[in-house]
Amino acid sequence: MDSNIAMILLADGLAGSAIYLIIGLGLALIFSVTRVIFVSFGSVAVFAALSLGAMEQGQLPAAIELVGFFVVVALLMELAGLWRSRAWHRLPRVLFYWVVLPFVPCGLAAWATSQESEIIKVAAAILVVIPLGPLIERVALRPVAKASVLALLIVALVLDFVLSGLGLLWFGPEGLRTHASIPGTTALTSNLIVNNQTLLTIAVAFGLALVFYIILQRTHTGKVLHATASNPVGARLVGIRPAFTATVAHIIAALLAGIVGVLISPVATIYYDSGLMLTLKAFVAVIIGGMSSYPLTALGALLVGVSESFASFWNSGLKDAIVFGLLIPILVIRSGLVPQRDDNEEEGDV
Amino acid sequence: MSPFIKRAGIPLIALLLIFIVPQVLGKFEVSLLNDIGIAALVVLGLVLVSGIGGALSFGQAAFVGIAAYSTAWYTTTQGGSPWMGLVLGLVLTCGSAWIVGAITMRLGGDYLALSTIAWGLSVPILFANLPALGSHTGIDGIPAIRIGGWELDQSGSIFILIWLMVGGGGWFAWNLLRSRTGRSIRALRGGKVLMASFGADAFRLRLTLFVMASAYASVAGWLFAHANRFVSATPFSLHASVDYVFMMVVGGMTQLASALLGSTLYIGLNNILQDVLPYISSRGAQVNALVFSVLFLIILERLPGGIGRPLNRLVSRLLRRRRETLPDAPPLSMRKMPERGVPVLNVQNAVKRFGGLVAVNGVSFELRAGEILGLIGPNGAGKSTMFNLLTGTLPLTEGAVRFMGEPTAGLTQRQIALRGVARTFQHVKLRPAMTVLDNVALGAHARGRCGLWRGGLRLNREEEARIMAEAMRQLERVGLADQAYELAGSLALGTQRLVEIARSLASDPLLIMLDEPAAGLRLLEKQALAKLLDTLRSEGVTVLIVEHDMEFVMNLVDRLVVMSFGGKIAEGKPAEVRADPQVQAAYLGSDE
Repeated sequence: MDSNIAMILLADGLAGSAIYLIIGLGLALIFSVTRVIFVSFGSVAVFAALSLGAMEQGQLPAAIELVGFFVVVALLMELAGLWRSRAWHRLPRVLFYWVVLPFVPCGLAAWATSQESEIIKVAAAILVVIPLGPLIERVALRPVAKASVLALLIVALVLDFVLSGLGLLWFGPEGLRTHASIPGTTALTSNLIVNNQTLLTIAVAFGLALVFYIILQRTHTGKVLHATASNPVGARLVGIRPAFTATVAHIIAALLAGIVGVLISPVATIYYDSGLMLTLKAFVAVIIGGMSSYPLTALGALLVGVSESFASFWNSGLKDAIVFGLLIPILVIRSGLVPQRDDNEEEGDV
Repeated sequence: MSPFIKRAGIPLIALLLIFIVPQVLGKFEVSLLNDIGIAALVVLGLVLVSGIGGALSFGQAAFVGIAAYSTAWYTTTQGGSPWMGLVLGLVLTCGSAWIVGAITMRLGGDYLALSTIAWGLSVPILFANLPALGSHTGIDGIPAIRIGGWELDQSGSIFILIWLMVGGGGWFAWNLLRSRTGRSIRALRGGKVLMASFGADAFRLRLTLFVMASAYASVAGWLFAHANRFVSATPFSLHASVDYVFMMVVGGMTQLASALLGSTLYIGLNNILQDVLPYISSRGAQVNALVFSVLFLIILERLPGGIGRPLNRLVSRLLRRRRETLPDAPPLSMRKMPERGVPVLNVQNAVKRFGGLVAVNGVSFELRAGEILGLIGPNGAGKSTMFNLLTGTLPLTEGAVRFMGEPTAGLTQRQIALRGVARTFQHVKLRPAMTVLDNVALGAHARGRCGLWRGGLRLNREEEARIMAEAMRQLERVGLADQAYELAGSLALGTQRLVEIARSLASDPLLIMLDEPAAGLRLLEKQALAKLLDTLRSEGVTVLIVEHDMEFVMNLVDRLVVMSFGGKIAEGKPAEVRADPQVQAAYLGSDE
């Protein structure tokens, strides 16, 4: 391996790190607010990528069908709730939030399909998956919100199988790549030429990390999320509804997932089931950060992205196994550093 | 049913069935039953580690795969015997399980689950990319298992081996759960502090269970390889691991029988779907996976106990548990009790700071054998912190605690418990689904020696009888002998407190520490408790009571230590303490 190849691998690795950082931000957000290890994050990203690909080929993205499916289930559940509590006056609200709002971005996507501009399509692909976040939360996670972390993990993992199954059914088994949002290359030095897409990915990740930090620290919604994360009971006592914060967290996460999807699809072939691998690799980064520290998560993302890039040069078949192999030294260090956790939590049945 | 028929008849019928079934059923049904048996073996292990032990593993299919590939590689390329392949598989799976478990389990439950997901994903990738293991094509031409001159090359003959293994594995697990180790396994979900309070090591026990579950998976993988005579990476994917979790959850996760129930339901349904779906959809296989995932989600959300739980409730209603008469057994060995008046516990200038907050500030006192000492104080006085310092739940910031002359600094809770300090909990920690007798027998855990193997193989009967007799003796001592076979969760709070005291007595302690024993009790319950403690005192038991109800301790204790705002404000006989103006001020507030 000469230094040129090394530099190229490093640049690719940095772009990968940027992706894992964004996913890591979303995972940490959802985990802290709802205690769910949201394995389906990557699948939502994949749906954005596949939608963009479909729109580029002039087809209606199947994400619309997916949203439609979840709207039907969510509506049935909401109606059942209304029927039980005899609160039919809330019907217009329910219809607005669970039917009208989710279909707005779908309409947008349908319109964008006929447009020429790549930017509009990219924006539509990001927007069309946003309703999936709160819908998935409503349909699959809210009914078990009070379960133990491990039960929630089983639910999340199975949920991801459902999502990738639906993805296979509606998007089909073919993998695809999309056009680069910003085509072309930039010569950083005379012998290092980098895709503009790579630079864009890194820039977006930095931007998002910054915005994320500011939103969580400064805005009212950020404080509400923060409060729920650090003390759910206390948050409820001061009038914050957990269902509301969960919805907000899932909307933000779905937005992040959409961005990840359109950033990654020009540089990697995306299949309906690529999502789980994406999420889990980002999880290696989050575990390095101990599920809470943002700077350490960023460091973890850097480690995962760069080692994946170099591993794929060495043996592309084994690169995923190599990245997960990173977990071993990390966990050894963590279990050495952190004193044995005295979680005296009495666990109920899952 | 007479116990004899139960003990001899059921295994005999099962054995007969194992030999008759493959003669009667067709080849297809037999191979379906083979699949069920292999899956049931994996799920048996999973029920132990995840369902009962509470450490969720998503890596069981990977362990099955490691064993299957080991024996496949060893028997085809090295020309070795399948039996050596079994040994190789066991060594590799148990070894890797030990490593994975040892580095993740200390970090808490979610880390093991996440790491096993990564493990369950990586291992099949490794299989599919190693040329030595046939890469994506896998390994075929695996020889059949031979027992003497008998070659198990038909689905009917391997059926016998598979179901003998299921029977053996189930028998071992069943015995294990009813042994000394098994009781502590069933207590695992009560948390580390509970485990340490009777001298069990939760971390080591979970690790053992995880390794044991991988051994079950390993045997299943070995059978899989030699039943199918071919291995590839696909059946060991993460999906398969989740399917095992599915079988466990459907079957009702905390019962061993759920392994059989879950795997039968899953494989049976899968088989039906495979027949039906092609008529409905052109993508039958994909819809199949989707149907299972949706079904799993619905069961998790609507029926979290699985199908096994209502079934189990029904069965236990039909077969009302009969009261067993315990056989007479010689008592367990006892500690040498210190002479009355010898210092048992000595606290010198104990200080505990949490950051800037000083919770315990320079408290000193001594507790002598045979006395009942009350540690009292108003809310927030630092009593609970003091209690945690004494039991080793928290480390001291400054000062020293000596138990029987030995400093306890640096000792873990468990080590302190093993030295003869028994405790009860303010928020009662009994295992609600275990009988009162089993809960009390937990207390005698450290007095037994039989481990995993002797428990699983039933070589522990003599010791077991002594432990149960001891538990019964302690129940008689607290007056609950007639409720010994009720479930602990069905008792009133006051009775549960008595059971906790019986449990601590069962450990043959030098010192019993009671954490707010009167909290939440009704008057009659308090009186019963006071009467019991009075009896114990007359029997020479050394007791430290941490309590905030002054009336309760006043007539009970020999001496009182009063704490307020982290410091000791008084010490002496109850009457003296009651007259102390500082104590009155602390309890009633002062006008200053």
